[in-house]
Amino acid sequence: MIYDVLIAGAGVIGAMAARELSRYQLSVCLLEKENDVACGASKANSGIIHGGFDPEPDTRKAKLNVEGIDLLYEAAEQLHVPYKRNGSMVCAFGAEEEPAIHALYERGLVNGVKGLEILSGEEARQLEPNLSSEITKVLHAPTAGIICPYELTIAAVGNAMDNGVELKRNFEITAIKAQDEGFVVCSSQGEQVQGRYFLNCCGCYADHIAELVDDAFYQIIPRAGEYLLLDKNEGQRVSHTIFQVPSKEGKGILVTPTVDGNLLCGPTAQKVEAPEHTETTAVGLAAVQRLAAKSVPSVNFRQVITSFSGIRSSEKGGDFIIEASQKVKNFVHVAAIDSPGLSSCVAVARQAVEELRNCGLQLEEKGQWIAEREDPHCFRKMTDEEKDAFIKANPTYGKIICRCECVSEGEIREAIRRNPPAWDLDGVKRRTRSGMGRCQGGFCSPYVMKLIAEERGISMEQVTKNGLGSEPLLKKL
Amino acid sequence: MLKHDIVIIGGGPAGMAAAVAAYDNGVHDVVILDREEELGGILRQCIHNGFGLHKLGQELTGPEYAAVYKERVLERGIKVYSETMVTAVTEDKIVSARNRDGILKIQAKAVILAMGCRERSRGALNTPGSRPAGVYSAGTAQKLINCEGYMVGKRVLILGSGDIGLIMARRLSLEGAKVEAVCEIMPYSGGLTRNIVQCLEDYNIPLYLNTTVVEIHGQKRVEAVTIAQVDEQRRVIEGSQRRIDCDTLLLSVGLIPENELTREAGIAIDPITNGAVVDENCQSSVEGIFACGNVLQVHDLVDYVSDEAERAGMGAAAYVKGEQQTSSLIKTKAGRGVRYVLPQRVHTDQGAVSLFLRVTEPFGKVRFSVTSGDEVLSTALRLKAAPGEMEKLIIPAEKLAAIRDEIIVSLEEC
Repeated sequence: MIYDVLIAGAGVIGAMAARELSRYQLSVCLLEKENDVACGASKANSGIIHGGFDPEPDTRKAKLNVEGIDLLYEAAEQLHVPYKRNGSMVCAFGAEEEPAIHALYERGLVNGVKGLEILSGEEARQLEPNLSSEITKVLHAPTAGIICPYELTIAAVGNAMDNGVELKRNFEITAIKAQDEGFVVCSSQGEQVQGRYFLNCCGCYADHIAELVDDAFYQIIPRAGEYLLLDKNEGQRVSHTIFQVPSKEGKGILVTPTVDGNLLCGPTAQKVEAPEHTETTAVGLAAVQRLAAKSVPSVNFRQVITSFSGIRSSEKGGDFIIEASQKVKNFVHVAAIDSPGLSSCVAVARQAVEELRNCGLQLEEKGQWIAEREDPHCFRKMTDEEKDAFIKANPTYGKIICRCECVSEGEIREAIRRNPPAWDLDGVKRRTRSGMGRCQGGFCSPYVMKLIAEERGISMEQVTKNGLGSEPLLKKL
Repeated sequence: MLKHDIVIIGGGPAGMAAAVAAYDNGVHDVVILDREEELGGILRQCIHNGFGLHKLGQELTGPEYAAVYKERVLERGIKVYSETMVTAVTEDKIVSARNRDGILKIQAKAVILAMGCRERSRGALNTPGSRPAGVYSAGTAQKLINCEGYMVGKRVLILGSGDIGLIMARRLSLEGAKVEAVCEIMPYSGGLTRNIVQCLEDYNIPLYLNTTVVEIHGQKRVEAVTIAQVDEQRRVIEGSQRRIDCDTLLLSVGLIPENELTREAGIAIDPITNGAVVDENCQSSVEGIFACGNVLQVHDLVDYVSDEAERAGMGAAAYVKGEQQTSSLIKTKAGRGVRYVLPQRVHTDQGAVSLFLRVTEPFGKVRFSVTSGDEVLSTALRLKAAPGEMEKLIIPAEKLAAIRDEIIVSLEEC
């Protein structure tokens, strides 16, 4: 079979592109090198929907961030991905930093950001009582929000699959042959797929993919950012996303609630040799703690439940790259999507589709495109009476597997079955939050392994954490 | 809404012993709500022996000890809701739960909290490095090996020398794994002496004190860990880092009483024990709600869990029957060398009271003294004392009756 479009990379950009393309009468295949979707930059970032005052005016970032916010909120509604417009605050500590606040405000106006206002330290503390008393000026962006990046990616892929897109996991691209008809793409496992158009959404690996067609006109600089995630007990510490005045390194250390009710602090910004380097470091984690406490001194770091490091794909030009190859026909690059990439993801995907159209791809709308994805959390949202009735019809929803996050057997089985199916422990965790709570899977992981083994018809030893080679169990005794 | 006299949350050793004691003290409408399919709690995965020496006069394995109490529960006809997860407890003693039959709401006259504890995770330690498969909390590995029958690794490093870590060092060795070492950040082990001898020394497993894991290596599966020595402030000593190849890291770095329900019910929590503040009958700051076992304080011997749970069961039965204490409550306080004292407050008109405590660090020969104002209520001599071994001191009834000032427990070396 020759697909109309091959999308490489099932991060949030590839996922959204797949969803956009699924509106049309096209055959689309999404290729992902990992065992699941959302395994690169989209699995571990701040989860912020940025107001749009940060990017330089007249850049793609500025345009797509401001355009992208409402598109993202709309997509989140359709996909039933929880989000919150909690607003953000950029904080200046003293007169020296205050000009930066005014500069961001001005830039925000140029970029078309709505609702921006500058607050005194006092006014900000009225809204956010736990802010440091050292904060003297604050830029408040009420349109900013929070969303879970991997949940968004999973939902977008799921919806795209419901609309006919195919997902190939564990497909690590090793060669791309450009032919008259399009592309023959080979994987490290010796598989091949063919497609007429190629969309490169490979995040930190986009330049590697570009090299395979001899069109690497950019070089991705992978940057790691370390985070601390705190217990839900700390989730009320702030309600806004709290930034510090940005530096060259990035937007600095933030303190934010997450949509799931935890508190998130981070990230650092560290250049790394390769995108696989997502180790946390003692130095980095200490820096997160110190700088987060600068904004919000009362954060109780004894409530940390996990730390992690995420990866971002920067590029020296500083802007998003969304363009058709000058050298290779029908090949579109979507690269260097670092912050505000999540905020812009739907706008970026639409821009990418536009580039494909400009290359000659015919876009004819489908008769029935399914815009909505069934809410995976509908059970959680029910009243006790509704839950009672639902459990009586579906008893597995009455058996709690993950006590910390209150996740039932029914929800886990559903996550293993529905698009895109969870294949491993991390996949179940990201879809259901089982293992994501304060005990970090101590109690539930043996049960989740059993459910995966049972649903997939594999043995317990074959169950993985995140793909081949990550089997927690050695052998049967 | 269902109605029961006493609702017990948790069917481990504490919940079972509390149920039996409540029943035997005249309240027969007792129910146990338990998450698991079978009663027994964590004892079910503790297949080693050493249980019951004090309480039952014989040395049993965990499942055998649990079976004794399970039998007692069943022969009394105490109702057990298994695979039932309690989602909320309110101050007015309404218990909400969920199981395969639906949502359950029970109005109780008294509630006994017996939810046990959970293990501190890698995340709480904030150990830097990668996040591969093969990092287990010791109890999770124990469950996988003993209950599910699967081996978790070949070359293992264990961080933390608490009892579960020590027991697992032996268990893994018996199943053919090479346990490279047990590392302990403190200058002493938190485990029972008998476990250090029987689980490490007998198997030639080194115990590195003042040592911790500073980095985890490996992309998909653990490939190695870096360990390092620490100074008195637990700061890493530069240059002492050493890489140890292994495929598994087991964490035995502390137990945390599972008091989320307790907090949500508005019950006062002791910041040191991380359990409820209770009186000598294990009654919490909310009248009619009791707590016992590892949810109240982390115990080292199940025998003492059963004892404590019996006090809670008797207390709850007395409460239901309207036989409550009327005297004032006197606070207890940890003095020199003592980390905490439980109960945190006692009635003075209820006869002799037992105090349970842990010391702050290992000591040689010590004399404990319990005082109130100028009055010495009791003293006790010990040849040695260690944080890993809970101490019990008794205040005689006649001494208690007269006191007004808070009770202070302290020790002096002698």
